[in-house]
Amino acid sequence: MPVPADRHFFIDPRRCIGCQSCVHACSECDTHKGHSMIHLEYVGRGDSPQTVPTICMHCDSPTCAEVCPADAIKRTEDGVVQSARKARCIACSNCVLACPFGVPKMNVGFELMMKCDMCYDRTSVGLKPMCATVCPSQALCFGTEEEIRTLRPRSTFVHAFRFGQQTISTKVRVMVPKESEVLSLDVTAALNEEEAKDPMAAMFTEGNP
Amino acid sequence: MGCGLLATGILGGLILVGSRRLSHLDAALVAYTFATLFATFGIAYRYAMWLQRPPTAMLWRRGWQVFLRPRALLRNLALLGHRLLVVFALNRFIWRRHVARGAAHWLIMAGTVLAVLITFPLVFGWIHFEAAAGEHGRYVTYVFGFPTLAFHVDSLLAGLVFHGLSWASLLVIAGVMLAMRRRMRDRDAAALQRFGEDFLPLMLLFSISVTGLMLVVSYEWMRGYAYEFLSILHAVTVITALLWLPFGKFFHIFQRPAQLGAAFYKDAGERGEQARCARCGEPYASLMHVEDLIEVERKLGYRYELAQRADHYQRVCPRCRRSLLALAQGRCFGGGAEEV
Repeated sequence: MPVPADRHFFIDPRRCIGCQSCVHACSECDTHKGHSMIHLEYVGRGDSPQTVPTICMHCDSPTCAEVCPADAIKRTEDGVVQSARKARCIACSNCVLACPFGVPKMNVGFELMMKCDMCYDRTSVGLKPMCATVCPSQALCFGTEEEIRTLRPRSTFVHAFRFGQQTISTKVRVMVPKESEVLSLDVTAALNEEEAKDPMAAMFTEGNP
Repeated sequence: MGCGLLATGILGGLILVGSRRLSHLDAALVAYTFATLFATFGIAYRYAMWLQRPPTAMLWRRGWQVFLRPRALLRNLALLGHRLLVVFALNRFIWRRHVARGAAHWLIMAGTVLAVLITFPLVFGWIHFEAAAGEHGRYVTYVFGFPTLAFHVDSLLAGLVFHGLSWASLLVIAGVMLAMRRRMRDRDAAALQRFGEDFLPLMLLFSISVTGLMLVVSYEWMRGYAYEFLSILHAVTVITALLWLPFGKFFHIFQRPAQLGAAFYKDAGERGEQARCARCGEPYASLMHVEDLIEVERKLGYRYELAQRADHYQRVCPRCRRSLLALAQGRCFGGGAEEV
């Protein structure tokens, strides 16, 4: 069964308290038993305790699938980008390096790419993903657009992201303030602002072509 | 199209040569021969189309380049032998995923390989058996028309050779049973499996094996009861599988060797220069891999080029990409994520 069309994933990294509940709950998912697919990281450990949980954004035109030489990554009709098909994945890591959100993981022993599939065993039967079920601050929230508007009246959401000249639209939504009126998040702008703040940063890139 | 015709032509030529101008071709098996020729065309055609995809073409080119590098050739040949054993013959990576999954795949693979090694040479007329002149009950095996191994019809070897397809069927049936058990019980399988992709190949393998065994039962213990019907039924199952080879899950058999190319590509990448992240400065992948992905993404029409910090978003490591999303969201709230 497909994931219901009116239910969406909403993520709000600002609400994340770094409790790791999502990380542990993720490994309970039946589609990747015992393996957590969530990345939970500090944004800048030296400056702040801010953490960010990363789940698959389920792109409408997934770069990971396009760069896969074995054609192992498929997007189902409900917009969920599934983990690599076990019979096809050749463990080349193209997807791991190409994903603009840094999502897929390479399981070297299994010679298999594994990633968040929005807990397809649960969402395809009307349940919430494991991470959204346990997240105490609801940084990871799964529900309808009406529900999220009621819960977060001062926020809205975007599902388009800019990386340089490339715009990627996704099934998963990210919360932004209502008054900001942004239609898409410029992800790489943060990269440029960091450089402006830190002239030493340019030194890092000198060795890179 | 040209590749498909070429492969079919080569196989047709080998059939003519191996069967000594069709003199040893078994007329009862001609339908199998034509189905195999069609499958060969389909597989070669799909393979050629698959190789034209930008990421596949890149891996194909780079895989051969790094494998054939003169300085690494000896090491690569040794590694090739090792990988053929542990990856292809033993399926170590599938056993690691789960014991039941490994057992199911290995049994199906072993049975299928055994059946292929027996069936195709017989169907093409490359192998045939003749009674030895003047020696009652003694058979000679002819390979490409040349006499090779001889054995008595009552010997253990004869039992193993003449019933080779029965042993193959038993291996396949055991593997199919294990695979079906998992597909009918596991919740992940229930959520993800598709009839055409996951059940149909198992049903085809099972029907080929069972109808093949029914033929043996018919002529061994039932005096040939319904043998003609069973032989047609068996032919239908085998020919269906052959015709389906280029289109369905079985095509992974021909894609899987790309895993070797990927492994040699990774080996070469680890020994070569590493790319450092344009944000954090840490090494995160081989520079060759990053450069190749930039080229592949451009060919696919992606425009991840950057104006500042680096020329392409591919030069930012996956970990920093994850942080950047949080920082970008934080900017909307009037500061960096850490300031909110």
